[in-house]
Amino acid sequence: MQQESSWILDSSLILVAAGTFLLAVSAAVVGSFTFLQKRSLVGDAVAHSILPGVAVAFLFSGTKDPWWLMLGALISGWLSLSLMDFLSRKTKLSQDTAIATVLSVFFGIGILLLTYIQHLESGHQSGLDQFLFGQAAAMKSQELWIYGGLALVLIVCTLIFFKEFKLLSFNPDFAQTLGLPVRGLRILMNSLMVLAIALGIQAVGVVLMAALLITPSAAARNFTDRLKAMIFIAALIAGFSALLGSAISFSAKGMPTGPWIVMCLSILALLSLFLAPKKGMLARMLLQRRHQQKINDENLLKAFYHYGERHANLAQWIRLSDLEEIRDFAEEEQSGALRRLIHKGHLLRKGEAFQFSRAGLDEARRVVRLHRLWEMYLSQRLRLKSDHIHPNAETMEHIISPEIEAQLLEELDYPDKDPHQSPIPYRS
Amino acid sequence: MKSENQLDKDTVLEVHNLSASYNRKPVLWDIDFRLKGGQLIGIVGPNGSGKTTLLRNIMGLMEADSGYVRLFGQDLNKVRQRVSYVPQRESVDWNFPVSVREVVEMGRYRPSNLMRRLQSSDQDLVDLALEKVGMLEYATRQISQLSGGQQQRVFLARSLAQNADLYLMDEPFVGVDAATEDAILRVLSELRDAGKTVVIVHHDLQTAYQYFDAMVLLNTRLVAYGAKDDVFTRENLQEAYGGRLTVLSKLSELIARSEFPVREKGFKEKSGEGDAAGK
Repeated sequence: MQQESSWILDSSLILVAAGTFLLAVSAAVVGSFTFLQKRSLVGDAVAHSILPGVAVAFLFSGTKDPWWLMLGALISGWLSLSLMDFLSRKTKLSQDTAIATVLSVFFGIGILLLTYIQHLESGHQSGLDQFLFGQAAAMKSQELWIYGGLALVLIVCTLIFFKEFKLLSFNPDFAQTLGLPVRGLRILMNSLMVLAIALGIQAVGVVLMAALLITPSAAARNFTDRLKAMIFIAALIAGFSALLGSAISFSAKGMPTGPWIVMCLSILALLSLFLAPKKGMLARMLLQRRHQQKINDENLLKAFYHYGERHANLAQWIRLSDLEEIRDFAEEEQSGALRRLIHKGHLLRKGEAFQFSRAGLDEARRVVRLHRLWEMYLSQRLRLKSDHIHPNAETMEHIISPEIEAQLLEELDYPDKDPHQSPIPYRS
Repeated sequence: MKSENQLDKDTVLEVHNLSASYNRKPVLWDIDFRLKGGQLIGIVGPNGSGKTTLLRNIMGLMEADSGYVRLFGQDLNKVRQRVSYVPQRESVDWNFPVSVREVVEMGRYRPSNLMRRLQSSDQDLVDLALEKVGMLEYATRQISQLSGGQQQRVFLARSLAQNADLYLMDEPFVGVDAATEDAILRVLSELRDAGKTVVIVHHDLQTAYQYFDAMVLLNTRLVAYGAKDDVFTRENLQEAYGGRLTVLSKLSELIARSEFPVREKGFKEKSGEGDAAGK
């Protein structure tokens, strides 16, 4: 714990953390549009394809100068993009094959060159191998300033062209008919993506770069239906992961930054898949449970009603055992539904017997009415035979909304009896 | 021949000897027609007859094998602001994270407001367009929450927001409810009454006669065009819908399969008309 306080204050950590933060945020912002255009795999392929460019730039310049490396990355990134495009348009290869081919060929060449560089005399300290998994902690302050500055430029650029990128991602044909410079905008968007990838690999490396580009928006998409909010949340997730990842890689010697950032990202993404409101798995499970409870409640209420109707007395006290002649219930479902109905004030209890409250009777009438109205509709409008309509109505009664009910009533002209000649109960 | 040279002032849409392929397969053979403005025009034909390809060619979204298109007597690039295009509803991802309003705003995007925010006058036009199609109250909804008919109305609103003189719409009546159909028809006749021209790709013969003033009857080749009563004859419909020209479609498939060029390179018509100037 003593150690902790010392590295927190370390100024180089702050610099590295700030740099990584910017790299991650720029990748997330630019990557939002890659994600929305469903080009995640293309992004991954470009990331891998940058490796030979970086290696050649090093061989050519003999240094790890950021400008040379960025130039190399940009050229080989663009080359791979154009090649993928060319292959899928001009040959019979499908797009996924074109992507996979370009990725493996470029990455293979990159690894070859990297191995060659390692064996050169100037090679062992080159530190180029950190491009594979990223090692932000090893970056010098001058590099950080350049990369961070470039990242900032990318973010600003994306925001300036936000409106056009939105349209281009949503409906490119329409953009073209408006006379917008679609070709130029596409080139810009692709260049931003390539640059964001080239920057991002400083933090997480070639292999894991797709995660930095795509995961933040994939996670953010669960939280919102607004593009601006999605990009903001994606940036937040990426930035937070970058800070955490670089802190971890700083605290433990030799820990690579990239995998830790990606770990943090993945955990956040998983959490969002489970916990996001409305779209998360948990929210949807709860929704399913609520639906099931509603169905159980209404079925029990209906059973009480049917019993009362059969014995011509809706106000009588009814025991659960009496309901057996109406319908079989699973015991657990029944007791849960009973508890909720009493809690809602739909049923009154006296020892083992139950009676409708006024609200409960209205509710029971509503459910029975919807069931019988729907049966009417099925037999009149869909001309189904009366022995076929019951199962369908059994489910529909639980979902028919007041508006649909009003429309049903109007179309069927307020019928008194359903196709089985049971009376349709209206509000008393 | 001479008279054709003087461009009729009323001609809003001219398609000249247009041939086009889709996936290398020729789907339009020498389509040639001129249409007057101020009316509702249907491009009608059976499935696979090249209607959408024709529309995409008119809008410059595809490269033609031969021929050209003139709008208001000019090249599309000179009159883009006066032309509005409504693509097929299924051509976009309706799960895209934008609101109804944001989609309609796209109708106001221009090369002139590149990188800039829309002005309040643009926003007023967006409001008006939304109101016209009855979607103003849904303006903040995310587009995935809309029904098919509502989605189509959003596309229509985006087109209205463009404030164009010529509207080209691809199958706007497919998969919409009766209320939307009425709303679309009402808006379209309002446009016509205001002197605008609407061209609609439509596959349903039943409703075509009722909807349109003029028609282009298509089945890879042009069967007939003009006022609907002239086009809607038994012989024309029989020709368009009564089976394909088997030799023609066999040849098309052969061209696609063998990757044969549709037009010989450097081929130019030697007619001496104004055509050569048009490219």
